Amino acid sequence: MDRVPVLKLGDVLLVSIQVDLADKTTVQLEEDLSERIVATGARGVIIDISALDIVDSFVGRMLATIAAISRVLDAETVVVGMRPAVAITLVELGLSLHGIQTALNVERALEVLSRARDDDWIPPLDTEDDTAPAAP
Amino acid sequence: MALSTDESRRMADRLRTDSADLVATWVAKAGAPLTGRLSEGELRRQITELYGVLVAALDEGMTDLSAAPGGELRAVLADLSRGRARQGFSATETAVSVFTLKDALSGRADLADPAELRDFLSFNRFIDELGLFTFSSYSAAREELIADQAEQLLELSTPVVKLWEGVVAVPLVGTLDSARAQVVMERLLQALVDTGSPYAIIDITGVPAVDTQVAQHILKTVVAARLMGAECLISGIRPQIAQTIVALGIEFGDIATKATLADALRHVLRRSAARTGGRAEPVA
Repeated sequence: MDRVPVLKLGDVLLVSIQVDLADKTTVQLEEDLSERIVATGARGVIIDISALDIVDSFVGRMLATIAAISRVLDAETVVVGMRPAVAITLVELGLSLHGIQTALNVERALEVLSRARDDDWIPPLDTEDDTAPAAP
Repeated sequence: MALSTDESRRMADRLRTDSADLVATWVAKAGAPLTGRLSEGELRRQITELYGVLVAALDEGMTDLSAAPGGELRAVLADLSRGRARQGFSATETAVSVFTLKDALSGRADLADPAELRDFLSFNRFIDELGLFTFSSYSAAREELIADQAEQLLELSTPVVKLWEGVVAVPLVGTLDSARAQVVMERLLQALVDTGSPYAIIDITGVPAVDTQVAQHILKTVVAARLMGAECLISGIRPQIAQTIVALGIEFGDIATKATLADALRHVLRRSAARTGGRAEPVA
């Protein structure tokens, strides 16, 4: 059976969907992902859909479900890499993916997540953060 | 059916007698309405070519322009019409080149002879058919030309420019119909992907009027950009357009609108500065 890999990148989980999803694969992905979030204590989930030619209501619902699951487990979900054609189709269909954050690419998504967390996630700020309490 | 086989053969014979003189008369008569805009040599070449294929087609016993022997004749006529259409001649000036063959022939026919008169009349009908064909080829060529130009205009009129690091803008000029809106949307979204810009500005200074349909197109573009993870602003809203938008009850929702492109750029720069600045604050 096809399985979508879940990669760990710092405290963010990266899911890159490369194939058209079947029901089984989707259920498997939701299971895998929730387990990995708990196991790794991830704070963010990035779902890359740049390989998807078609995003229909099924995929939209899957994304919404994953976002909801992650939110319950205290992780933000960002969908990245949506193709222009896909975005146009979604707009024409009137599907607007409510409650799902989007970013242009993985880099931007990492920025969004770090900003949302508003903590010492970016290394340059780490050093400042460390020196500040040490001063007094 | 314009001609019988016999008639077409007789007509071919008639055209062949003293052909040099006939072509010369035809060229002279066809050239008159063109008022020197087409060189005599060029016109003579066209008429001679037309004369050649016409005689050849009639020799083969062509009864109808749409019949098989008329293939070459149709091609030559279509070629002539297309050429004239592109050179900017009017439809009349094009068709007259064919119709003047009647004048050239009428001078040499003995119309008192009933048989000859009958032949002449049926040949007249046939020339009318040629003329109509010229007309329709001419208009087809013109329509093709217009379609080409419309497409070029579409290409020209929707540039996506990079304004700043991470900021792209589309200055819209001219009326926005569905086809253009689609092109604008595709271009903008592609530019977002190519440049990785998280901000886009749609400037509508050059859009003469905004109705509900245009607003719908713009809103769709903004929503699509959002789906891809970019923020989209609308700028260049002129006072009259603002009034129209309110009068029509168009809601832009939470989409930021600015009066000028400069305002929009300032807004974006402040937003992106706030992103990094906002992070630094809790640290300090």
